[in-house]
Amino acid sequence: MALWIMAGITLREAARKKILWTALAAGLGFLAVFGIGLHYQMTDFDAGSTPPFLRYQILSGMLMVGLYTVDLLAVVMAILTSVDTISGEITSGTIHAMASKPVARWQLFIGKWAGFVGMLAIYVTVMFGGTIAVGRWVGGVTPQNPVYGALLVFFECVLALTVTLMFGTWFSTLTNGVIVLGLHGLAFMGGWLEQMSGFTDSSRLVAVGIVSSLIMPSEAIWRRAAFEMESPLAGSLQFSPFADISVPSLTMIGYAGVYLLSALAIALYHFQQRDL
Amino acid sequence: MTSSAAPGESRHATDGFAIQTHNLRKVYGKKVAVRNLSLEVARGQIFGFLGPNGAGKSTSIKILLGLVKPSGGEASVLGVPCGDTAVRRKIGFLPEDFRFYEWLTATELLELHGGLAGVPARRLRERVPVLLDLVGLTPHRDKRLQEFSKGMLQRIGLAQALIHDPELIFLDEPTSGLDPMGRRLVRDIIRSQRERGATVFLNSHLLSEIEVTCDQVVFIRDGEVAAVRDLRASHNEEVRVMVRARKLTEESIAGLSAWSTSTHSEGELLTLIARSQDSLPDILRHLVAAGADVYQFTPQPFSLEELFVEIMGKDRGL
Repeated sequence: MALWIMAGITLREAARKKILWTALAAGLGFLAVFGIGLHYQMTDFDAGSTPPFLRYQILSGMLMVGLYTVDLLAVVMAILTSVDTISGEITSGTIHAMASKPVARWQLFIGKWAGFVGMLAIYVTVMFGGTIAVGRWVGGVTPQNPVYGALLVFFECVLALTVTLMFGTWFSTLTNGVIVLGLHGLAFMGGWLEQMSGFTDSSRLVAVGIVSSLIMPSEAIWRRAAFEMESPLAGSLQFSPFADISVPSLTMIGYAGVYLLSALAIALYHFQQRDL
Repeated sequence: MTSSAAPGESRHATDGFAIQTHNLRKVYGKKVAVRNLSLEVARGQIFGFLGPNGAGKSTSIKILLGLVKPSGGEASVLGVPCGDTAVRRKIGFLPEDFRFYEWLTATELLELHGGLAGVPARRLRERVPVLLDLVGLTPHRDKRLQEFSKGMLQRIGLAQALIHDPELIFLDEPTSGLDPMGRRLVRDIIRSQRERGATVFLNSHLLSEIEVTCDQVVFIRDGEVAAVRDLRASHNEEVRVMVRARKLTEESIAGLSAWSTSTHSEGELLTLIARSQDSLPDILRHLVAAGADVYQFTPQPFSLEELFVEIMGKDRGL
């Protein structure tokens, strides 16, 4: 019961403080720009003589860029909206009156976590669905496995959220934000270095990417999602930013799942043990 | 240290103690916040918890509420080891400098805390308006807390502490930020809680508030009990007496040592510290029998502030 109360209050906070609505409004702006871009590209195609086959590959590539932007926005939103929730409430003392109620601490934590997961589910559904809809209606292109891809992006957001909440049981809001954004930045850089190994044929770049993914597997999840969604032909083209050069294996996705569960378990244990 | 409830004052009077601690200890690194705190608080009384800043009062309260884990010793609340989740259904808490979700309305905040306290929704619908009325916030029930003054926030904080009719209520600086009317309201609410049988554990810097509200006080110094005073049964406490009399002799003043710990005379004015209020008639009889013409005989009980300074030492501010 208390768990659902906390989940509900977290969702209500996102709505009442206009976090969710502002993010969705900004997302609509993004969708509008994406739609206009696609529309102009279509107009240029119609005016020229680009073969339909090439048109499709270019538009698919534009769709993947749009989906990657949604992925980045969603991960950043997962981090920024939750970075203050545990650490800030401990620092300010907001949590004292709630934690002194007949509620187990794990219920407070999981309730908040579930509320954010719900908020991210709404955000990813609207933004991912909106981007795919714009791609379909304006450009006439759709990703290969949109549901699988969306689920992977959602998984990546939940991972970033869980890591943020975990560090929030140790560190202040600012320190927590620096750590988690730093970790995601590390994963981002490692992922792109690994992707660039396709141009340089460097096994050491691949190794750097894998180690980065082991430290923080968020970007690896996206690259798996990109592999699942991109058309096989575009994926096989080496000049594509999302080419199938070094695709994270399902083992890596499984590792990310273990990573998420471990972060959740550590967070619960530390939140249970620490003084408030 | 042991305290006792007045006969018939509490429905729980025979149920034992509301709070018991034995050599309770909390250490943060090299800093000892609570040092061997041994405390017993009888059910059904208003208990004052006094001490200078940094004496370990808030840490002690947090340990009793299960918010902070003790480094050593034992503590129980309502007969259950502290930290037990279920017993918190019977405990209310107003933290010092109460923080809240300021985007909630007053009604929503009480519904949230009532829900967390396990109050059924139907009961909550009845309880919330009653509590808002109790703390004088009914006209502001739909106003967001970010629009509240500090005094109003203290009132809503007190209401959330009482939302589930707790048996034991911890109030950490409940009158902070309140005007005289607000302080009086809080005082009345605290007394009404005692009348319904609840135990109130009160931590406040306002000694005058403690003095008129509490049944018993404990003074904390450096994380341990420095002294205990029963504010209801003051007959056994020392009392200062001002006497204005003529024909006071050295022999008659020396004879007062049977009942007093110190005397000081200057002309017709005699000041003495009587060991207890029970001895006052004997002192007066002695002076008259010794031939003194007594014009004024005024007992002046020590104020809590004087006791505080005496116990803590003058260099320890609140």
